Amino acid sequence: MITYLDHAATTPLRPEVAQAMADAQAEPLGNPTGSHRPAQRARRLLEESRDEVADFLGRSPREIVFTSGGTESANLAVFGLLSEGIDDGRAQSVVCSAIEHPAVLESCRAVAKSGVDVLELAVDASGVVQLDALEKSMEQRPVFVAVMTANNETGVVQPLVDVVTLVRSTNDMTCVVTDAVQATPFLDLSELTSASDLVALSAHKVGGPVGVGVLAAGPRANLRALHYGGGQEQDRRSGTQNAVGAVGLATALRLAAQERQVMTVRVAGLRDRLADGLLGAIESVHRTVPVGVPVLPGHLHVCLSGIEREELLVALGEHGVCASGGSSCASGALQPSHVLSAMGVPADLSQGAIRFTLGRDTSEADIDRALAIVPEVVGRLRHRS
Amino acid sequence: MVAMSGGVDSSVAAALLVEQGHDVVGATLKLWGGPSDSGCCSVADVDDARRVAQQLGIDHHVFNLTEEFDQHVVAPYVAAHQRGHTPNPCIECNRSIKFDRLLERTERLGFDVLATGHHARVTNDGIFQLRRGADPDKDQSYVLSMLGQDELARVTFPVGEMTKAEVRLHATRLGLRTADKPDSQDVCFINSIEGREGFLARKLEFHAGDVVNGEGESVGSVEAIELVTVGQRRGMGHGTDGQRRYVVAVDMPTRRVTVGSAAEALTSAVTLSDATVTWVDRPLSDGARAVAQVSAHGRPAPCSVRSSGDGLVVEFDVPQRPVAAGQTIALYDVAEPDAVVGAGIAA
Repeated sequence: MITYLDHAATTPLRPEVAQAMADAQAEPLGNPTGSHRPAQRARRLLEESRDEVADFLGRSPREIVFTSGGTESANLAVFGLLSEGIDDGRAQSVVCSAIEHPAVLESCRAVAKSGVDVLELAVDASGVVQLDALEKSMEQRPVFVAVMTANNETGVVQPLVDVVTLVRSTNDMTCVVTDAVQATPFLDLSELTSASDLVALSAHKVGGPVGVGVLAAGPRANLRALHYGGGQEQDRRSGTQNAVGAVGLATALRLAAQERQVMTVRVAGLRDRLADGLLGAIESVHRTVPVGVPVLPGHLHVCLSGIEREELLVALGEHGVCASGGSSCASGALQPSHVLSAMGVPADLSQGAIRFTLGRDTSEADIDRALAIVPEVVGRLRHRS
Repeated sequence: MVAMSGGVDSSVAAALLVEQGHDVVGATLKLWGGPSDSGCCSVADVDDARRVAQQLGIDHHVFNLTEEFDQHVVAPYVAAHQRGHTPNPCIECNRSIKFDRLLERTERLGFDVLATGHHARVTNDGIFQLRRGADPDKDQSYVLSMLGQDELARVTFPVGEMTKAEVRLHATRLGLRTADKPDSQDVCFINSIEGREGFLARKLEFHAGDVVNGEGESVGSVEAIELVTVGQRRGMGHGTDGQRRYVVAVDMPTRRVTVGSAAEALTSAVTLSDATVTWVDRPLSDGARAVAQVSAHGRPAPCSVRSSGDGLVVEFDVPQRPVAAGQTIALYDVAEPDAVVGAGIAA
């Protein structure tokens, strides 16, 4: 029996989405750039999907670029904004928060090798980007400021609206990039991100298929393509478009928007029950994010002292409880978390860091099982050390 | 739990345990974050281990022990060279990582035993004995010679009864992707491009040294005394008699390398520092007979042991090639020459 509490890693494909994708493929589909009927059908599905994604984000369909996922979207934002400026030497600096997902952070670190100054914004002990640090960094007139909508590890919602206001008031040339991948199922992105210049999304974090994402690029974002070919997506992303994937993404977003209000309240309630239960049943367990700091409804991040997260994950896995210990490297080994170290979490606590993330399909029974298993497993591991 | 390096031996070790009906989980250690092209740390090796685990239908985990490895294996390796010693990092890894941290973890997670792909055997007649592997060419009891009763009670070496050819044949029969994978030869954290010298050059400062003969007369120099090993022949030239010269001693404080003929380089006794001496079960008594092995595939040398103020003295019956400080000496039972009785590190 599986108790899946790792929705921030990926979410199960929703049956309605699978059905919509199956329907899309039930009749012949051509290449969307072709002229015959199957091609036109593919083009129609693609553009209908683009309209839906644009609605979800509160933007114009012309701004929506379909990609292969969140990582490609982040790379397209960073390199697409910078490559011209690097060529002609105008790109002097960029700013990103120290807690960005590696898709953004490592892209920024890669451009640093081309001589661009990369300033990583500090966060406070709760994992919130510090606006005074941002204000100071604006003196550098950065090409862009990248601040994620909500952090993937801790779930902490970032003050994106304040970031945009601050950036706009100091430098009209600077773009705001936001990775909204983790926030997609829970937050109203049309409200939160419509003022940002670039927004990255991924389908599989919201009940859609793996392999589809979006970069929304507003009129101020002058993007150069990263790969060349047939000039699809208005010359911003060449390659045959994944019409079926786009249908999957659009369907998942439509359902998420319809259900958001009820679902977020329900999931937050389950998460709070899990938090209260674990904090009550386990000794020396610390909430990584203090109560009162805005966190995504599905996230519960805790640090257990005297526990090694690698062991805890294996032991929980034996009982079918799926959680996460942070980010992994290419080999699959857990890496020390850059997010927790940016927050100043001491090493003996971050050693025992574990993330439970709930989703729309999480049930009361899942929480019951987690509450029955986790404290017992933690107790056993501690007893044996 | 089976420690799976991504090599053929640990792949077959896991397969044998599965065939015997045990409940098996594989674990691969990520030990080294730097560049590596062999050993147990590269992504490709982790992929191999994971794929074999999938083929066998068992769970597989990757444990990140890079910090511990750096602290207990790499740092002491560098420090030993700084002192002019010649350490064996694989033995230190077995001592402080595989049969300490991983063994503890195995137990905490509720597994009965830790299995590895070492060519060695453990027998139990009321006392656990560590014995040589069945394949004399591949025997690895030397690198496990620091294990005691506490560890031996909780480990198993499933391929210890097999020859390497049998191991490969078994892997081929099962269609495991590691069946033809070459044996790893070198220290896992040193890659073949920069080698030991390049690795150490990044970690410590080299010092030039004088090369002198037995009479103390200068006969040459070396660029990096930290890279010179007792017993080394390479780069030491020839004596006035036209014979090759060997390093007889390395003295770090005076930065002096003493060389001599092959006969002068022979040594009749080595002292193992007390703090490093371990016993499989009970210590040998003063004056007891034993058989010493001074390197991974060294020839066994009959000896006697006695304790002195400085440590445990191993006196060879027949003088041996010199033993560098930092080298491990494994002692085997004189009556049962495949059984390890203890080990220690040359002072």
